[in-house]
Amino acid sequence: MESNGNMAAAEILRQIESLKAEKTKIEQQISSLESQLHQLNPHINNLKPNEEANSNSFHAPLVSDLDYDFGHGLSPDMIYRYSRQLILPSFGVQAQSKLLKSSVLVIGAGGLGSPALLYLAACGIGRIGIVDHDVVELNNLHRQIIHAESYIGRSKVESAAAACRAINSTVEIVEHKEAFRTTNALEIMKKYEIVIDATDNVPSRYLINDCCVVLGKPLISGAALGLEGQLTVYNYNGGPCYRCLFPTPPPTTACQRCADSGVLGVVPGVIGCLQALEAIKVASAIGDPLSGRMLLFDALSGRIRVVKIRGSSLQCEACGENAITPEQFREMDYEIFTQTPLNTAPLKLKLLPADARISSKEYHEKFVKGEEHVLVDVRPAHHYKIVSLPKSINIPFSSLEARLPEISAALGKKSNEDKVPGTTAGSSPSLYVVCRRGNDSQRAVQYLHKMGFTSAKDIVGGIEAWTQDVDPKFPTY
Amino acid sequence: MQLTLEFGGGLELLCDSVKIHQVNVDPQDGEKKLTMKQLLGWVRSNLIKERPEMFMKGDSVRPGVLVLVNDCDWELSGQLDTTLDEKDVVVFISTLHGG
Repeated sequence: MESNGNMAAAEILRQIESLKAEKTKIEQQISSLESQLHQLNPHINNLKPNEEANSNSFHAPLVSDLDYDFGHGLSPDMIYRYSRQLILPSFGVQAQSKLLKSSVLVIGAGGLGSPALLYLAACGIGRIGIVDHDVVELNNLHRQIIHAESYIGRSKVESAAAACRAINSTVEIVEHKEAFRTTNALEIMKKYEIVIDATDNVPSRYLINDCCVVLGKPLISGAALGLEGQLTVYNYNGGPCYRCLFPTPPPTTACQRCADSGVLGVVPGVIGCLQALEAIKVASAIGDPLSGRMLLFDALSGRIRVVKIRGSSLQCEACGENAITPEQFREMDYEIFTQTPLNTAPLKLKLLPADARISSKEYHEKFVKGEEHVLVDVRPAHHYKIVSLPKSINIPFSSLEARLPEISAALGKKSNEDKVPGTTAGSSPSLYVVCRRGNDSQRAVQYLHKMGFTSAKDIVGGIEAWTQDVDPKFPTY
Repeated sequence: MQLTLEFGGGLELLCDSVKIHQVNVDPQDGEKKLTMKQLLGWVRSNLIKERPEMFMKGDSVRPGVLVLVNDCDWELSGQLDTTLDEKDVVVFISTLHGG
């Protein structure tokens, strides 16, 4: 029964997907026909076929033969669509005309890119490029608001492009379904006027900066983590570039990722919106873009501070006296320069010999057999509260040193339980250590070995491996 | 001399997760003015509770940390030689890369 139900659901989902694909195709055809019509006769394009039919009975004199030239090139549809920003005195039709002729490249369709792209498409940027190599995952959706559940498992670029087209079918959306690398960066970026860095890692930030310097493009740079965000415009109007400010990359240990440290969805949302705003200001030449200044956003205290930063530096290795050339750029290895991989796959340490480790499957067997043991979970307490393995005790790695007696006590208690008549006496219980992905557990075991707990072993791959290899129903985060 | 010191971008984790510190620091060795160089040493021994290498490198801050004196990049005021006045606000902020 259940499998019948599943099959029926799968069939319905398949039909929905195919109808959606058809719908997109038809919408694209309509918008292409509409734009052909605009070009043929810009004065009648506001009339929809239906409306024409309805107005047959009450035929008003045709005024569409009159020639209007407003000198700004906006079609009646455009005037209506953008009317609320056209009537802004400090924006107006001049600024809108510039937006319509401009182009913006958004690198990263994640937490920052999502709101940035939505606003850029909505406001009428003429051409928008989206670069990303990733696919949509369920744990993206709380912050990457451009993506919907129906796109899980599909390309972020496709998903973001569809969302942008749904809002505004009159802007051109270009899909770059690839990672941004030195091999393709210049080729992709040269077709755009303004660049938005909405990536999430250090090597990409240096790579994008240098590419912008080589091609002379303004760079709207945003970043967010946890409950804080930062925003500035680099390489614009004599202001600094990223390397003027940060000539030396930070140590890898200082680079936290959203996947490890967490992020409240609305925080990159705020910064992404501000990135769209800065791009609009640069594209339409209004206001004072945040060049030579940096905006610091602290969500918890509700404070935004704008600080003055240094100007561009003559000694800068990217934009200084000996500015980087396209050839040098192509040969740069940003992973080596920053000692950080471009792909953001989690780190997989190998600190322990095989005999000091145990797979999640092996651990499961021992657990089922009822082997006496102590399982120490070294994740932070707030992680442990989300999910934990049965009968584990939580001693976060950071407090391991101070809480060693608890481990001794747990082992002692177990070994007393062992001495029940009829059981094998004297065998001390095993000590296992687990964490989220199997890195901290290795560090913990190394330390435990040093402190005399020589039998300690870590569970390879942490609780993620438990889900993958033992129990798919065990939640991951 | 009364100063407000602020840590952000994750640097607050090095000082018990407290972001804003109202402190009293006086110039040393009979000098008239407190410099940023002296203040950094003071911060390192009085506020930083763990992993000092995540805050400093040599006698300056580590790469990736912005220092702002009264909302202005310390590069514009003389970096380590910047002199501080009563009630100045000094911000140490680690650059973020997430998105």
